[in-house]
Amino acid sequence: MWDYTDKVKEHFLNPRNVGSIPDADAVGEVGSLACGDALKLFIKLDETKERIVNATFQTFGCGSAIASSSALTEMIKGKTLDEALAVTNQEIADFLGGLPEEKMHCSVMGQEALELAIVTYRGGPAPTHGHDHLHGEQEGEVVCKCFGLTDGFLRKVIEQNRLHTSEQVTHFTKAGGACGGCIPRIKELIAAVLGEQTAAVPKKQEKLTNLRKMQLIQEVLENEVRPQLWADGGDLELVDIDGPHVQIAFRKACAGCHSSGHTAKFVEQKLRDMVSSDIVVEEVEG
Amino acid sequence: MKEIYLDNNATTRVDDAVFEEMCPYLREFYGNPSSMHFFGGQVQKKVDEARDRVAALIGADPSEIIFTACGTESDNTAIRSALEVFPERRHIITTRVEHPAVLTVCRGLTMKGRRVTELGVDGAGRLDLEELKKALDDDTAIVSVMWANNETGVVFPIEEIGAIVKERGALFHTDAVQAVGKIPLNMASSTVDMLSLSGHKLHAPKGIGILYLRKGTPFRPFLVGGHQERSRRAGTENTAAIIALGKACQVAGDWMADENTRVLGMRDRLEKELLTRIPHARINGGAAERLPNTLSIAFEFVEGEAILLLLSEKGICASSGSACTSGSLEPSHVLRAMGVPFTCAHGSIRFSLSRFTTDAEIDAVIRELPPIINRLREISPFGRELL
Repeated sequence: MWDYTDKVKEHFLNPRNVGSIPDADAVGEVGSLACGDALKLFIKLDETKERIVNATFQTFGCGSAIASSSALTEMIKGKTLDEALAVTNQEIADFLGGLPEEKMHCSVMGQEALELAIVTYRGGPAPTHGHDHLHGEQEGEVVCKCFGLTDGFLRKVIEQNRLHTSEQVTHFTKAGGACGGCIPRIKELIAAVLGEQTAAVPKKQEKLTNLRKMQLIQEVLENEVRPQLWADGGDLELVDIDGPHVQIAFRKACAGCHSSGHTAKFVEQKLRDMVSSDIVVEEVEG
Repeated sequence: MKEIYLDNNATTRVDDAVFEEMCPYLREFYGNPSSMHFFGGQVQKKVDEARDRVAALIGADPSEIIFTACGTESDNTAIRSALEVFPERRHIITTRVEHPAVLTVCRGLTMKGRRVTELGVDGAGRLDLEELKKALDDDTAIVSVMWANNETGVVFPIEEIGAIVKERGALFHTDAVQAVGKIPLNMASSTVDMLSLSGHKLHAPKGIGILYLRKGTPFRPFLVGGHQERSRRAGTENTAAIIALGKACQVAGDWMADENTRVLGMRDRLEKELLTRIPHARINGGAAERLPNTLSIAFEFVEGEAILLLLSEKGICASSGSACTSGSLEPSHVLRAMGVPFTCAHGSIRFSLSRFTTDAEIDAVIRELPPIINRLREISPFGRELL
């Protein structure tokens, strides 16, 4: 049984603001029956068309999806559109006293519907959201085909919630949670986002002696990289370290895996982040 | 709040008679049955009696019963053993609707160079035996097909399948965890080589199972070490649980007729009343032969976890084929294999009854569930034009 907070249970059992607003100013609808959850958010504005006077929802989904929708409507009532746009999925989860990590996608769905409602109300292009098959033409490459999630959407969620593993991305967005085919691509996106973050705030990297660097590389591989590969039935072996060049050989499920190129990139990014930015990872037969 | 427990395919209450039978073997008679002294010997006698009782329920010879720790261990043992005794055969046949205790083992073996065929099912959850015939070849080491499905209760024609399997010389294993005690089985006249059974599904405690191994079937043990279970399963016997399982099998035999009359009647009444009172509902596997205690019912436009949480508020314990319950994101692999539309796969609920279920409990579900579905449909953005 899920460990829901009392506040989640309370909002699930007594959801606020259920229903539609026939003359709503803004409506945001995300998700679908196939996805297993969906939210339709209705927003009514005051005469200045700037402040939210009423917000209601209709939700198909689990207990935490209904609770998150209820929380969202409570949170945005009285806010200006700009203030509402600044609401993050983490704030929705916090309002409820937290959500189990596996259920964080419920809070993301709330934020998605809110953003969609406001941006389309303002006449802007629909944001690159998940669930884009509902909203017609949208920018971006579809990464997760099962749930129809684009790279732009995933990057945003990874960035905002500082996600580090593909498992977290699945918990927050569902991406990779069905067939799992896009997990290598999700790992690439994480590496790319993390890379940008590191580039934006250059980490002060101490000058390492060769011996210390080799030690660190081994530690990162043992503690950070291999456990993740094991989780997917794979493994790697450190073959050689020659200056910044780190040679690895893939084992088990990783050996001969068509996405081992992605995995090598992931290893490289980890080592660059945690050891030294000049590291180059090479895959060798071994 | 007194619970209304309708989740007996997940686990069952330990029968009072079973509990009474096992207790002395936790406290006073704690001897090791392998010991030479009288103190262990008296436990050995009781373990033998339990073996006889289990064998009697499934029409087997006591020497064909191997006690294990659970149904999962029995399943793992059977499949791995078959591959070891037939090293030249590299093919396994199973079904898309098996329990993970079988399916995960098989899928894992594909990584080790084994070929695995997963037979599909039709919309009612039934196998196509022609597909089995086509898949079987001289490379097939083992066919593992469950006797009855845990989610839908659909019963497979095990003896027909076994006859086909035997023609090609492969071993035939069945996970009968959900069938034992609910429908009569008779190994004496069966085509089954190996069968898994789990104690806690038939009112014995958790942590005890058996693997039935037909006399003469080639076998390699999964656990090796001591000579227990005639060297077919090493490890000191879980004596109290074995004795409990023996008693549970004896009691299950006594209640078999009740299961197929009174329990079946309650299940059918629940099914009929829910279909009458709740529009846009359908039975998963309704057109197939099913276990007498299982009802899998799908409600369109609502999600299963939300239904379970609201039922739970009323003290009613059921389970769901929905994704959100398990933490996975897709509806159950069984419902997907059956092609249950997404519109209702997420809203599927399983009620599983037992001999302890009462008419009053069924009445409570018939009373409480329709308003719960209504309430969630009022919140849902879907289907309002139809309701």
